[in-house]
Amino acid sequence: MSAAVAEKVILGKTLAIDADGNLVNLSDWNEDIANELAKEEGIEVLNAKHWQVINYMRKVFTETGDAPSIRKLTKESGVDTKELYALFPKGPAKKAARIAGLPKPKGCI
Amino acid sequence: MNTQMKNLVILGAGTAGTMMLNKLHKALDLSQWRLTIVDNEKTHYYQPGFLFIPFGVYSESDVVKPKVKFFPEGMNMINSEIWKVIPEYNKVHLDNGITLDYDILIIATGSKLAPEETEGLTGKLWKKDIFDFYTLDGAKALAEKFKTWDGGKLVINITEMPIKCPVAPLEFAFLADAFFEDRGIREKVHIQYVTPLAEAFTKHKCAEVLGHFLEDKGIELVAEFNTGRIDNEEKKLISWDEREIEFDLLVTVPTNKGADYIDVSGLGDELNFVPTDKHTLQSVAHKNIFVIGDATNIPASKAGSVAHFESEILTENILHYINARPLAARFDGHANCFIESGRGKAFLIDFNYDVEPMPGNFPLEHMGPFSLLKETRMNHLGKLMFRWAYWNVLLKGKELPVGPHMSLKGKILDDIYRSNDFITDEQQITKLSGGI
Ligand SMILES: Cc1cc2nc3c(=O)[nH]c(=O)nc-3n(C[C@H](O)[C@H](O)[C@H](O)COP(=O)(O)OP(=O)(O)OC[C@H]3O[C@@H](n4cnc5c(N)ncnc54)[C@H](O)[C@@H]3O)c2cc1C
Repeated sequence: MSAAVAEKVILGKTLAIDADGNLVNLSDWNEDIANELAKEEGIEVLNAKHWQVINYMRKVFTETGDAPSIRKLTKESGVDTKELYALFPKGPAKKAARIAGLPKPKGCI
Repeated sequence: MNTQMKNLVILGAGTAGTMMLNKLHKALDLSQWRLTIVDNEKTHYYQPGFLFIPFGVYSESDVVKPKVKFFPEGMNMINSEIWKVIPEYNKVHLDNGITLDYDILIIATGSKLAPEETEGLTGKLWKKDIFDFYTLDGAKALAEKFKTWDGGKLVINITEMPIKCPVAPLEFAFLADAFFEDRGIREKVHIQYVTPLAEAFTKHKCAEVLGHFLEDKGIELVAEFNTGRIDNEEKKLISWDEREIEFDLLVTVPTNKGADYIDVSGLGDELNFVPTDKHTLQSVAHKNIFVIGDATNIPASKAGSVAHFESEILTENILHYINARPLAARFDGHANCFIESGRGKAFLIDFNYDVEPMPGNFPLEHMGPFSLLKETRMNHLGKLMFRWAYWNVLLKGKELPVGPHMSLKGKILDDIYRSNDFITDEQQITKLSGGI
């Protein structure tokens, strides 16, 4: 778990935020929070494909303790690289991890 | 031969493997342990020197030496490509038909370039208008190109992270700025630095300082650009989200991957890096396999300085492992890098898993002080001195004046820096830097 450096209020809840701006506590996350985090990333509506990626990320994180890299996403999420960038412009792994309420993937350092 | 002998096998005789061989040769009881090292190359490359080759500062002879020169007396190496590790049977199969049994295995096969991962990168412009400087051949070809290139759009691109030495592409940009100015054609060269990161460097504190240097030097930063393919006809980089950047000359840092045998053996992640405990350096999947240097997946920079700090931790932990004790030595992610900024100056940064780079001094007795996060001439001399220290101290597994754990205090300089050998190199430094 990453360290909290700030707090932010989403939908009336005060949530701990790490240095990358990601949620600190997995348990703070729910689908409504995800929708709000997506808006901060410029994604107005999360569609079924977005959710496929987000759910896959949370599954991997629960299993391995690390959010998957873009490489792993491409290989295993069922959504190809091109589409991942269309869904989460600029940085799919980083953005999807934020929206999924997970820390930034290790591969991003 | 004593049949009760145990086997410790090191895969890869680069920076990390060579250091481990030297350290373990001293630390282990050699009447009980047989040490074996494998590499498919007979030449040791000083990779940090590749950076200077395109600009004519170093040539090939400055960066190559026979590997065997750095091995302990009497030690030899099996010269073969590694084909496959079978962890269930504690065996390594080599391409030359030899099979090695091991009690302990150390993986130190580093990371290699995989330009073939990007569509169009190795197309018809490869080594004509597209070059890398992370290999000796690439750096030499680029040096030739630079001799006659008379300007245009120079694009420096990191394809995807992680890469070894994440500061090298920035250093390349700074050196290119100075190089073209010296050649009197700087105003004809438009330099763009194109990175998948959100800013100039992986560490925010450095990115702030270095980003401002890019701006001062007239180098344009294009961030969050993830290269999808190269258009060889129109000479363009195209990102996965369809942004385009034109180039006349592209200097690429291609995708970095671990060795193929890691994949064949089922030991790696998507990029063939081996999942490794970031503190103990033990492989996550197999207790008798340890991993060091660029081959790991730990969240530290892939750098020679990191491999050096890791080698001290790993030597301790191997002894703990042999004696069935807990692996008490813990790596803190310490990295220490000089960043060449052009015109005989450099920065120095020092950080670990938890502490971001910070300004201040890095005092060594008789040398320096090296200024952290500040551009100075002394840091540049430190960078050049590093080559001497690499060949003479680091590879041989001797102590450097910097301990494995990051410290905010200065360390005491070893006698080695006062040896005759050093004087010779100091003269060379003076020569290289145009006299001090
Ligand atoms: C341009 C550039 C600049 C750099 N600048 C710096 C710097 O300023 N400071 C710094 O600290 N670091 C720097 N580095 C990084 C540094 O060189 C590496 O981090 C370091 O060499 C890693 O050591 P290693 O032992 O893990 O890998 P390597 O030294 O690369 O060794 C790996 C070895 O494994 C062998 N091998 C691989 N696959 C196989 C196989 N299948 N079969 C048999 N053998 C195999 C290879 O031949 C090689 O000898 C730089 C690197 C580059 C490319």
